[in-house]
Amino acid sequence: MNIFEKLKGALKKTREKFRGIFFSDNLEELEEILLSADIGTQLTQKLIEECKKFSGDKKEFLKEKLINILSIPYKERFFSSPKVILVVGVNGSGKTTTVGKLAYYYKINHNDVIIASADTYRDAATEQLKIWAEKINTEIVLSQKGQDSAAVVFDAIQSAQKRKKDILLIDTAGRLHTRKELIEELKKIIRVINKIKKSKPEEIFLIIDATVGQNGIEQAKVFKDEIDITGIIITKLDGTAKGGILIPIAYEFKLPICYIGCGENIDDLIPFSPEDFVKAIFED
Amino acid sequence: MFDIIADRFIKLQRKILGYGRLSQKEISDTLREIRILLLDADVNYKVVGEFLRSLEEKLKSEKIASSLKPGELVIVELYKEIVKLLGEKPTKLNLTNQFNILCLFGLQGTGKTTTAAKLAYYYKEKKPLLVACDPKRPAASLQLQKLAERVKVDFIPVKEDIFTTAKVALEFAKKNNNQLVLFDTAGRLHIDEELMKELKEFKEKIKPNYNLLVVDGMVGQDAVNQAKEFNEKIGIDGVIITKMDGDAKGGACLSIRAVSKAPIIFIGIGEKIDDLQEFHPDRIASRILGRGDIKTLIEKVESAVNREDQEKLTKKFLKGEFNLEDFLNQLKIIKKMGSLQKILSMMPIPELKVINFDEKEIIKMEAIILSMTKEERRNPKIIDGSRKKRIALGSGTTVADVNRLLNDFFQAQKLAKLFKDKRKIF
Ligand SMILES: Nc1nc2c(ncn2[C@@H]2O[C@H](COP(=O)(O)OP(=O)(O)OP(=O)(O)O)[C@@H](O)[C@H]2O)c(=O)[nH]1
Ligand SMILES: Nc1nc2c(ncn2[C@@H]2O[C@H](COP(=O)(O)OP(=O)(O)OP(=O)(O)O)[C@@H](O)[C@H]2O)c(=O)[nH]1
Ligand SMILES: [Mg+2]
Ligand SMILES: [Mg+2]
Repeated sequence: MNIFEKLKGALKKTREKFRGIFFSDNLEELEEILLSADIGTQLTQKLIEECKKFSGDKKEFLKEKLINILSIPYKERFFSSPKVILVVGVNGSGKTTTVGKLAYYYKINHNDVIIASADTYRDAATEQLKIWAEKINTEIVLSQKGQDSAAVVFDAIQSAQKRKKDILLIDTAGRLHTRKELIEELKKIIRVINKIKKSKPEEIFLIIDATVGQNGIEQAKVFKDEIDITGIIITKLDGTAKGGILIPIAYEFKLPICYIGCGENIDDLIPFSPEDFVKAIFED
Repeated sequence: MFDIIADRFIKLQRKILGYGRLSQKEISDTLREIRILLLDADVNYKVVGEFLRSLEEKLKSEKIASSLKPGELVIVELYKEIVKLLGEKPTKLNLTNQFNILCLFGLQGTGKTTTAAKLAYYYKEKKPLLVACDPKRPAASLQLQKLAERVKVDFIPVKEDIFTTAKVALEFAKKNNNQLVLFDTAGRLHIDEELMKELKEFKEKIKPNYNLLVVDGMVGQDAVNQAKEFNEKIGIDGVIITKMDGDAKGGACLSIRAVSKAPIIFIGIGEKIDDLQEFHPDRIASRILGRGDIKTLIEKVESAVNREDQEKLTKKFLKGEFNLEDFLNQLKIIKKMGSLQKILSMMPIPELKVINFDEKEIIKMEAIILSMTKEERRNPKIIDGSRKKRIALGSGTTVADVNRLLNDFFQAQKLAKLFKDKRKIF
């Protein structure tokens, strides 16, 4: 054996030691796919353990597993008119854009839609949403910077009721889940909705950026525990990020994934398909 | 920021500190735990692999293997490896020219516009000009305009395309004596060929002093794709990581440098214009490990290593087992430390402290000992006339030099015996 071969052998051994800390050989590749998609060590470890016990095509087995985890039924609900959809999430995840896309989506599905800008914090947030409203040709309830967001929501529901709108979509300011006072602000908005609508909002969508790492789990946890979100929309799937964080989120919190965002145009929103999503994870 | 990862590192450190000896098993266990910890913190899995390989080598060093209390040494090595990954020294933007241009770019929603305003505030004495170079996102220009009003700096709104905007901005800046021009560009995916081409053209035409990539601190494994692609296609001079005020794990900080080689310059820690912090690898590393006291620990460990060696040597010396090989080791330490004063103070023989060495003398002594056989070093008594001649020839010295060294050594040995006897007396 020459030095080069020795070196190669040694390298291979280290590689095996590190990559294969959970297992050996052909599972290595599967582990890599899962980890590099942000699925996280815990669930990856568990899934690989299960693969180990399975004697057939492990890759297909794994795909099936993932599809199962993600297949949480999402049924559209209706409590009382107008149907209210509240959009929440951390900064820059794509809330405002998604409100625009959703408005367009509902509109082409023959709903009369109105949108409201309850982001009274970020500069030009209202103006940004206004441009979307013009693009889609829907009505919009505007707000002033610094205004009480719950008051904006109050006005919005009233005008939606007055104009007999089918759906009211509400955009909110970006907030990190660690900011207690900002989570309280959301609770206040929900209280206002309960009060004048006499029911909960039909949907509270958490917008998750596909590039997010393990932090996405904490986002989902806090927003679920605190304001009982009803579903998730994942944005920016048109990039190289696979959005694998959805898998531990679905696994742990049983939250349905409702739509995916895959671009910046009005029609870049499509209903979520577990099969397609999982297929994309295994593509290079 | 980093609290969750720090908590886990603190737990791991407690375990490490409990280790009596670091055998292969302890090393493997430690590495395995660090692997999971780093992956959970969103460090890229390839970067984790390289990190562990490098750390393993350090943990297998003689110093740690022979130590009776390896825990602190392990933590210090871990700290040093993390600092290395983060880029060692803090990097400051050098904006001393009369006229400086910064260009911010990155994926959608990472925080470019906000960061542009924060930078204008940070470098306010340079009379910054904020330029909206985003014709794409609805109300992007207005967003920056409002921020510029808040920071109270000059502002140029976006024109029909970014090249026209830049032209107008640069003409304005020249007339208006702005020393710093900040371009906020539209969010773009690194795989969007058209927009990447546009940005490259922009860079070539405008020639910014710094091309800065803005990355969301909550990013996962995709961080390396972004850094790699922007670096290859555009070239990045620095990185700013935003949204570090939540409970982001900070993995991006640990991954990006490794793939792009570009330094992290600032981190964003909130939505307000003053929520920008300089990036100090050492401070961040100590936060990641949850040890504010890391500097003290390093000092303690380093002096302890020397102390352990010294104690071993003193024991040997007192037993009369001190030979020329030990002498050579001492010389090597002295040479490494560079200062003669220091060596002397470290010698286990108080009497040696008064002997007058100079640096050249040390080099000569080392050469002489190195020319001896192992046997001669261990038992210098066997060095007779012909051996002396051979040693002098081999070391490029004279027999007189060899004699002087041997005399010094025998004297020291006599001293040691004296100590030994004295001890017997008591
Ligand atoms: N490529 C891509 N970009 C998107 C997508 N969704 C949103 N974006 C972009 O992401 C950026 C941020 O989107 P916004 O809708 O403003 O995000 P936000 O959550 O409302 O942000 P804040 O209100 O500041 O918290 C914008 O540049 C959007 O065009 C998507 O699915 N794909
Ligand atoms: N918590 C927190 N939020 C931040 C930070 N930096 C930016 N943001 C928020 O992130 C969101 C997006 O910021 P922008 O500056 O609009 O992002 P951008 O990169 O210009 O977005 P596009 O132009 O659409 O690509 C806004 O809500 C900002 O207030 C930060 O350091 N911490
Ligand atoms: Mg918004
Ligand atoms: Mg922007």
